[in-house]
Amino acid sequence: MDRQKIRQLVDAIAAAAEPLERVQLMEVCGTHTVSLMRSGVKSLLPETVRLISGPGCPVCVTSSAYLDAACELAGRGDVTICTYGDMVRVPGRSASLEQLRGQGAQVTVVYSARDAVRFARDEPGRNVVFLAVGFETTTPGTAAAVREADADGLENFFILPGHKLVIPAIEALLAAGDVPIDGFLCPGHVSVILGSAAYRPIAEGRGKPCVVAGFEPVNMLEAVAALVGQVAAGVSRVENVYGVAVREEGNPVALRLIDEVFEPAPAVWRAMGTIDGSGLELREKYARFDGFARFALTLGEDYEPAGCRCGEVIQGKVEPTACPLFGKVCTPLAPVGPCMVSSEGTCAAWYKYNPARRAHRGESPDGGGAANEG
Amino acid sequence: MPEIPEQQSSPDPDERIVLAHGGGGELTRRLLADHVVNKLANDLLDPLTDSADLGPLDGRVCLTTDAFVVQPLEFPGGDIGRLAVCGTVNDLAVMGAVPKALSLALIIEEGLPIATLDRIVESIAAAADEAGVVVATGDTKVVEHHGSGGMTVTTAGVGLLSPDGPAGADGLAGEAAIRPGDAVLLSGRIAEHGLAVMSARENLAFRTSLRSDVAPLTGLVQAVLASAADVRFVRDPTRGGLAGLLADLAEQTRLCIEVEESAVPVSAAARHTAELLGLDPLTVANEGKIVAVVSADTAEEALAACRAHPLGADGAVVGRFGEPSDWPLVELITRAGGRRIVQRPYGEDLPRIC
Repeated sequence: MDRQKIRQLVDAIAAAAEPLERVQLMEVCGTHTVSLMRSGVKSLLPETVRLISGPGCPVCVTSSAYLDAACELAGRGDVTICTYGDMVRVPGRSASLEQLRGQGAQVTVVYSARDAVRFARDEPGRNVVFLAVGFETTTPGTAAAVREADADGLENFFILPGHKLVIPAIEALLAAGDVPIDGFLCPGHVSVILGSAAYRPIAEGRGKPCVVAGFEPVNMLEAVAALVGQVAAGVSRVENVYGVAVREEGNPVALRLIDEVFEPAPAVWRAMGTIDGSGLELREKYARFDGFARFALTLGEDYEPAGCRCGEVIQGKVEPTACPLFGKVCTPLAPVGPCMVSSEGTCAAWYKYNPARRAHRGESPDGGGAANEG
Repeated sequence: MPEIPEQQSSPDPDERIVLAHGGGGELTRRLLADHVVNKLANDLLDPLTDSADLGPLDGRVCLTTDAFVVQPLEFPGGDIGRLAVCGTVNDLAVMGAVPKALSLALIIEEGLPIATLDRIVESIAAAADEAGVVVATGDTKVVEHHGSGGMTVTTAGVGLLSPDGPAGADGLAGEAAIRPGDAVLLSGRIAEHGLAVMSARENLAFRTSLRSDVAPLTGLVQAVLASAADVRFVRDPTRGGLAGLLADLAEQTRLCIEVEESAVPVSAAARHTAELLGLDPLTVANEGKIVAVVSADTAEEALAACRAHPLGADGAVVGRFGEPSDWPLVELITRAGGRRIVQRPYGEDLPRIC
């Protein structure tokens, strides 16, 4: 780790930001949220540069109605739910999937969608339903799994489509205009698939600089420096400092795979309502793998647990410390909302890593809880 | 009564434990004689009395107990047997006591291959030898197959704090003696045990060069205590890792602790493996390391003594105790030079690791 280089970057950021009074940047990737705090980079940024977390955590943006549908399915005796680890602990209306598992429901944690297909192949007597959530990073995996199930003629494998697209969400946030954002730190892994060119509508169409970053401290600081530099210069374009992994055109094979299996559709984002074209549904050819249709599930209304401000946290409207439940009623051990459950959730990252928690007593130590106040 | 033939001289490699092995009858007698007691033979155990007579002991007696449920039973660098001996010995060693004798209770699931039992008991014997202790008494039960993984082990251990020993007749002062400015010494590379065990689990399917660091620590602890250092407190960072241990200390002492991440010894293999699994090396279990809290002005002596011992060659001072606080936190100065807090891990990231 080159501490001198880090020092130079921090100094350059501070110098560039000084005439601007305040620069507010948003990162939209749960891995960035965690990496920035865990590496200590966030603590190095000058007061003038504020980094707020957006809807970057796939579990956190999944509507509570989706989770309740999954819980309902888990209650059926012939169904095995396969899911990524974080989903099992999110509290639903009455229980989490983990609690239902403790009561006898069949819930299996898998590390990939293909594990779920394998499970379905090995257990022909059970209906295996994979909770397909995640941004573009995981979508190709789900698409590949559906194609594999199709090729094998599996009749007991299904998915509950819940994948989301990052760009429409950013567009929706900007259109709502609730949170002043000067630029975006763009997600590294998602961009490997999407390509850096995908952010042009934001940078050129909306006038918000976009810089694609990886997850190493130096790389993240280089991205912040590039963003602040653009804001200071009054320009707005897409930059890519994660060139070692991200190409302009992304991964065409993965993109074709997604396109073969899925098509864009409206999707409900927790607390943000329905955003057109921000989700993915199975194309006609693969429609028989849709778990909602197969099990006649309807999505109820989205809702927040009483007092929970996850919805505002994922939109960058407030910081976790502004939530009355944070650190008191809602902790990683006893989470109320998904932002505290998920390993990539903003509230969990703040709780686990933020040195400012020392002084926290329901308000953040610098006196402000909301990202767009003062 | 017809004679039951003695065990064949070349045992069936596929022979497995059956419930009758725990019935207390002939099968039990043979199992113990041929697969357990013969390998652990020593003066205290051999009479096979219901209790072991340890005789008069010169010094304060320390007693510890431990249970082992690690899965899988065998993993790179060790097995449940070695873990049981070292884990128990180390609980005594960190008190400043010299471990003398262990009790050993095996709960074996029917279906366990006897060859596996043999390997584990041989490993117990070797570990006991290495640790300078004897298995003085034991018990063996067999239970129905119920998916608990083949075997669990429970131990108790007895150790002595003698007036001439480096810890003295009263042992170490403990947390109460820790002061602001005291140094935190760590004896070597972290996270290897937990990661090695995880690598052996089927559903994770990754290969690694990492091996468990499981080892008896009596010699290392005694060496540090015998040095000119003013040692307040020693403990081994097992479940919960270094983070868990420091979180406990911050809570008990009401002092903040600052740790320098770049000073914490961790191999590149461990760091990358942990990252792949989404784990923080600070929270991963160790079974062959100690943390010693020593006065600031004698930290160098403690470090030298640690590094002079084969198990402490990678030792380092990794942090310092800070001031008292209403909200004592453990703060990490990260490799990048920033700051973040370190917390006790939250539960089931690593089930059945010890």
